[in-house]
Amino acid sequence: MSVAIAPEIRSTRLTSWQLLMTNRLAAAGLFVLVAILLLAALAPWLPLPNPNITDQPNRLHPPFSPGHLLGTDHLGRDILSRLLWGTRVSILVGLSATAIAAFFGSLIGLVAGYTGGRVDDVMMRLIDMLMAFPYILLALAIVAVLGPGLLNALYAIALVNIPFFARNIRGVTLSIRHREFVDAARLSGKGHTAVLFTEVLPNVLPVIVITMSTTVGWMILETAGLSFLGLGAQPPQADLGSMLGQGRAQLFTAPHVSMIPGLMIFALVMSINLLGDGVRDVLDPRLRSGALNRPMPVTSIEREREQPAERPGAALLEVDGLETGFRSGRSLTLAVKGVSFRLDRGECLGLIGESGSGKSVTALSLLGLVASPPGVIRNGAVYLGGRDVLAQSEQQIIAQRGARVAYVFQDPLTTLHPLYRVADQIAEAITAHNALGASEAHARAVALMETVGIRNARERASAYPHELSGGQRQRIGIAMALANDPDVIVADEPTTALDVTVQARILDLLRTLRRERGLALLLITHDFGVVAQVCDRVAVMKDGEIVEQGDTRAVLDAPRHDYTRRLIACVPELGQGRRFLDNVRPLFAPQRQETEA
Amino acid sequence: MSGNAIVIDNITKTFGGTRRLFGGRTHAVHAVRGVSIKVAEGETLAVVGESGSGKSTLARMLVGLERPTSGHMAIDGRDAAELAGTGPRAFGRMIQYVFQDPVASLNPRKTVEQILDVPLRLLAGHGGPDRKRRMHQLLDAVQMPKDTLERYPHEFSGGQAQRIAIARALAASARILVLDEPVSALDVSVQAQVLILLEDLKAEFALSYLFISHDLAVVESISDRVAVMYQGQVVETGPSERLFASPQHEYTKTLLMSAPRLDHARAG
Repeated sequence: MSVAIAPEIRSTRLTSWQLLMTNRLAAAGLFVLVAILLLAALAPWLPLPNPNITDQPNRLHPPFSPGHLLGTDHLGRDILSRLLWGTRVSILVGLSATAIAAFFGSLIGLVAGYTGGRVDDVMMRLIDMLMAFPYILLALAIVAVLGPGLLNALYAIALVNIPFFARNIRGVTLSIRHREFVDAARLSGKGHTAVLFTEVLPNVLPVIVITMSTTVGWMILETAGLSFLGLGAQPPQADLGSMLGQGRAQLFTAPHVSMIPGLMIFALVMSINLLGDGVRDVLDPRLRSGALNRPMPVTSIEREREQPAERPGAALLEVDGLETGFRSGRSLTLAVKGVSFRLDRGECLGLIGESGSGKSVTALSLLGLVASPPGVIRNGAVYLGGRDVLAQSEQQIIAQRGARVAYVFQDPLTTLHPLYRVADQIAEAITAHNALGASEAHARAVALMETVGIRNARERASAYPHELSGGQRQRIGIAMALANDPDVIVADEPTTALDVTVQARILDLLRTLRRERGLALLLITHDFGVVAQVCDRVAVMKDGEIVEQGDTRAVLDAPRHDYTRRLIACVPELGQGRRFLDNVRPLFAPQRQETEA
Repeated sequence: MSGNAIVIDNITKTFGGTRRLFGGRTHAVHAVRGVSIKVAEGETLAVVGESGSGKSTLARMLVGLERPTSGHMAIDGRDAAELAGTGPRAFGRMIQYVFQDPVASLNPRKTVEQILDVPLRLLAGHGGPDRKRRMHQLLDAVQMPKDTLERYPHEFSGGQAQRIAIARALAASARILVLDEPVSALDVSVQAQVLILLEDLKAEFALSYLFISHDLAVVESISDRVAVMYQGQVVETGPSERLFASPQHEYTKTLLMSAPRLDHARAG
């Protein structure tokens, strides 16, 4: 199995192959495995004595005896020959058992996960019953019923491992089953069977392959176990487990007879597992995207960054020539290209742009929150109260997070911890910067909840995030941002996930807080309507650069840059009605001819 | 019934509320509660409402992804329950659906050609060479280049992916499209382009639209009539000019008041 994967990776993606090779353990596993497989595959052509011919006078020769490189066993059979032939059998049985278990297990998992309801219940309870038996006991019982023999051991091991596949694949299928493309395929006229095998299966396949690569080792070990107990391969057939079992009697007089197959099982299983882990890391998109790389506490900042000369800190926050990019391999892709803006005390600056314009990366760069690797701040400076944040130590930067600059994110459901009560999460934000007792922190948290307009704050304090509505959750997010009386709040699309009526109320709250607390607000949004309602000034971002900034009213009334003009024209306004489309149509006319040509 | 693309008569949908194995009933959610709507041929009816108002459930019932708990629907004059009885493809030939998230609605492991091939083969019943020709026509219609066919969904931006999804909906030659928030995941300039495209396609292929959105300004720019949904019910319907100018229901008024406007800053 594992061997079959390696060439495939090489052909489709060089990077996958390189990724696998950079994982030293996996590479070592691969080389050991390839060596073993080659030897086992070549066994019929190697100049080896017949593994089954007994030669009593020459029994129990030690290793390196003439004619018997690894010695002979208690019947005088050549151990090297038996080892290679036995490895062949063990690998074949392991692979076939994996294939059988993967096929039936995945089938059960696919059908159960896709169908759901009663079918799922019945199938999974049967699987649960299989899992309730200790697997070796179950395998023993199956072999006891079918009778000993290599083939029966194979069936037993395959059956015992079906639940593992079924449960894994069912979980994945379940999550894919509710994706929109499955519905879309149904609407395109595909029946359930076709959807399951042509739409769902291709998306589940990587998981099946990963599961297989991590189970082959186990299967070989289990086969060896059954053979060791005398239930698998029958004499005179050689197989690693039965060699081990037969050598047991001579463990003290001739330890090599059992040691050698034992070491082979060890090498085989270890190499397969190491390689399997490596393959999983390469194939699993989550691990690939760097979920395993722990991000550094602060975005890495280029040592030789160009920074403008220090200037008197007139503004509360001043960003000068900021350049942030993402490193992939040796190249650096800039997401923010020399952005400069300032934010005064009590002011609201709107940072507006379309997706991919670099507005969120700009905001995250302020306190080094861009995940690194791959993020890098290459150039520029961020002055907070006149001091360059990027020149400070990691500890200093971290200490300012939440205390001087706080963030409010788009979707509070993903930023709030689902398992903690909301008041505890606010209290945690408070105690991160202040040494306060638990009850005092809790009282402050409740007070903050009242500040952000949550009714019955005392009762709601013990609610979990999922028990609150989207608007209330966003209020909690704002309360957390307020916890340490920051000077600046960076709100990244704070109302995008909310309904319009709720959005209006949240924007009201932000306006009130700004007035009452003298907060400076950096509001990141794609919505000119939101900017028009809340912001004093606005900066328009496009492809990592600020193309225009100025007074909100001035920019909206008389945009100077073409891009701004177009962006404003594209916002439909109530009262325009069908005229809107007629108005914007000319904007896109030349482009449409291009695509048609 | 001729002249009406969609007739929905007092339809309801309740999730849950089924009997458990050991007595008792599961918690019932009334997603749609007695909705009656008509969409005339060639008309664009917009359904507006906030999240949880039941508008997506309504749409999913229309295309046969959900079965109504009670009530009747007729699509192009044919009873929906009868259509459902004749097999899954009957719905697809009459009515198609465009999803909110275009990238999620395209299978990441299929090329655009494979994606477009399915409705052309199964629903429109085109032969091999004919299908390729149709694909090129469809891509022309949604203004995408020809090399789109060999590429995978993740290679496209949101706007381009939505064009592909619209092409797929058109491939079935259905004359009625249910558009579920088709532009809300898109940037404003892309949103405007997709709206123009929808308007052009409607004229070109004589389509009828049921356009679901929470964005009133978008709705106003494209719809002939509007139905406002609130907690599973339609609280107000009317021609869009009338409804936006003089909303009757309290909830419609709140919705209109909450919509962000550019002129706030100008008015000061």
